Amino acid sequence: MKHRQYWLANLRLVGILLSIWFIVSFGCGILFVDVLNQIQIGGFKLGFWFAQQGSIVVFVVLIFVYAVLANRLDRTHDVDEEE
Amino acid sequence: MSQQLLIYFVVGGSFLLYIGLAIYSKANSTSDFYVAGKHVSPVANGMATAADWMSAASFISMAGLIAFLGYDGSVYLMGWTGGYVILALLLAPYLRKFGKYTVPEFIGDRYDSQIARTVAVVCLIVISFTYVAGQMRGVGIVFARFLNVDVTVGLLTGMGIVFVYAVFGGMKGITYTQVAQYCVMIFAYTLPAVFITFQVTNIPIPQLGFGSELADGSGYLLTRLDQVVTELGFASYTDGSKSMTDVFFITMALMIGTAGLPHVIVRFFTVPRVRDARISAGYALLFIAILYTTAPAVGSLARWNLTATIQTGEVGAPTANLQYDERPQWFKTWEETGLIKFDDKNQDGRIQYYNDSNEQFASVAESYGWEGNELTIDRDILVLANPEIAGLPDWVVAFIAAGAIAAALSTAAGLLLVISAAVSHDLVKSVFNRNMSDRNELIVGRICAAVAICFAGYLGFDLPAFVAEVVAFAFGIAAASLFPVILLGIFSVRVNGIGAICGMLSGLVFTTLYINAFKGMLFSPMFENVSENWLFGISPEGIGVLGALLNFAVTLVVSYCTKAPRQEVVDLVHNLRTPRVVRPEVSHG
Repeated sequence: MKHRQYWLANLRLVGILLSIWFIVSFGCGILFVDVLNQIQIGGFKLGFWFAQQGSIVVFVVLIFVYAVLANRLDRTHDVDEEE
Repeated sequence: MSQQLLIYFVVGGSFLLYIGLAIYSKANSTSDFYVAGKHVSPVANGMATAADWMSAASFISMAGLIAFLGYDGSVYLMGWTGGYVILALLLAPYLRKFGKYTVPEFIGDRYDSQIARTVAVVCLIVISFTYVAGQMRGVGIVFARFLNVDVTVGLLTGMGIVFVYAVFGGMKGITYTQVAQYCVMIFAYTLPAVFITFQVTNIPIPQLGFGSELADGSGYLLTRLDQVVTELGFASYTDGSKSMTDVFFITMALMIGTAGLPHVIVRFFTVPRVRDARISAGYALLFIAILYTTAPAVGSLARWNLTATIQTGEVGAPTANLQYDERPQWFKTWEETGLIKFDDKNQDGRIQYYNDSNEQFASVAESYGWEGNELTIDRDILVLANPEIAGLPDWVVAFIAAGAIAAALSTAAGLLLVISAAVSHDLVKSVFNRNMSDRNELIVGRICAAVAICFAGYLGFDLPAFVAEVVAFAFGIAAASLFPVILLGIFSVRVNGIGAICGMLSGLVFTTLYINAFKGMLFSPMFENVSENWLFGISPEGIGVLGALLNFAVTLVVSYCTKAPRQEVVDLVHNLRTPRVVRPEVSHG
């Protein structure tokens, strides 16, 4: 039971983070790029910025967030690696 | 000191550093040779992964591609970074928990099938050799331009260096040289970018600079660039010209291809613990992102500098094009290599550079007295020529050369190592000689690495497409063959060996045939490579996604129609899913 709960919690975490991954890259950078390009910030059209800068920055943040939350999940479900 | 001497000095110095590190970290066991003894710290592993990952294509070709593709170049930026999110969240921690040496070994154990393992080896070899051929061509370009040597000599030198540290050092040697190579590479890439951004926009940070106003106060760089390139008949820089479907599929193919590349996956076998695998993927992407967020700045600035050099005034004015006799020094240097060509079609002694395949623009060009585009530029040279275009000092050019060589060599070494590991560990040992001693396996591994280097060098002599495009095919095949079965192997306990074999083969065959039908690598192309002929409007670069979906579907359908895996396999999957080593409970799953 313990491991099943851990696995479901893990799937939920991964699911949420991958949704963000999809929205930022495929959403903002590709599917809705024309809409976002109506907004201009400095010299950047926003959709273009997401495609060439913003998505990459979010990817990095996502992995670090995942690493922290997944390690915490391991501990709360008592399945973390022994030292 | 002359520029040539400086280049020899810096490149030679970097070679000595790599060889020194390799000798210092010689592999003594198969564990050292395949996975660096699993002792690499997450930060060092992150840097090594970044160097392993950023190839000649990333370093030399990508900014050039972006310069000419504009927004469409985003497929490479997102595609080659977003894959790390998939890798970190869906594969790396579980494969680390599996705890053995190679990707085919995982597939063989998980699917309880020697045939599945052998099919995985075949996929791995196809992917890695396609990829390594691209690296070798990159090495050739760099040597030809910077070291003023024949491409053959250049390739042999490159092969010799890789030979020393891959064959003797194995994964351990490669890892520490890659850390050094990352530092050389990132310094060489960002330094000229900072200088150039500062020259053009007065802002020293490339990531911000290309969204700023030009130093001459004529407006935002990107806005002005859009304006000039459209006046010359090209697609607007920030909009691009590929269809949304195609951009979507190419990006996805590159992402899941990244997550399925054996030489990237295997890096997460080298860290001590599961949690190190997670954080190590974060560091890897952070180090990669430094280059990947700089590349679009370099691309747009290079396009701007190039356009401004040729088109010196208002488009259409007779004197607004650069006179050929007044061409700058870098232009002459690169003309000698044949990578820049000028053909004065209208005999006016000036260079007209515009899009002559744009039919709507043809009448405008005619009214200017232009009789065709007169300038051909190989996209691969932009990054290399960039410091010269910007007039940076000679030592910067020398570092670019060393960085480009580091990028190509580090990736080639990583690839050659997974090829040799697959052959020695997954074929020779597991199929032909199960009782081979550790010592003999190490010898076989080294022989395989040596053979692979020779074969890769041979491939590097004659290659059809641009470096980045050749590499893109390796991604399509990785996406369609290995990624789906690895993912299903972790997230489904029901998929079995026969399903995985059918899945991998269908993905591999479909993708290879589709790419060949348009590009003709094994046989001559059957269709013209235009969007009207593409399946659902997906170009050969993006077809890996359909190949992967086919693989998923075939694996699942065949698995559910055949016998469930043995209890031992079910236990193995449950064991993968938790970081701590556990005794399996019968009920869960």
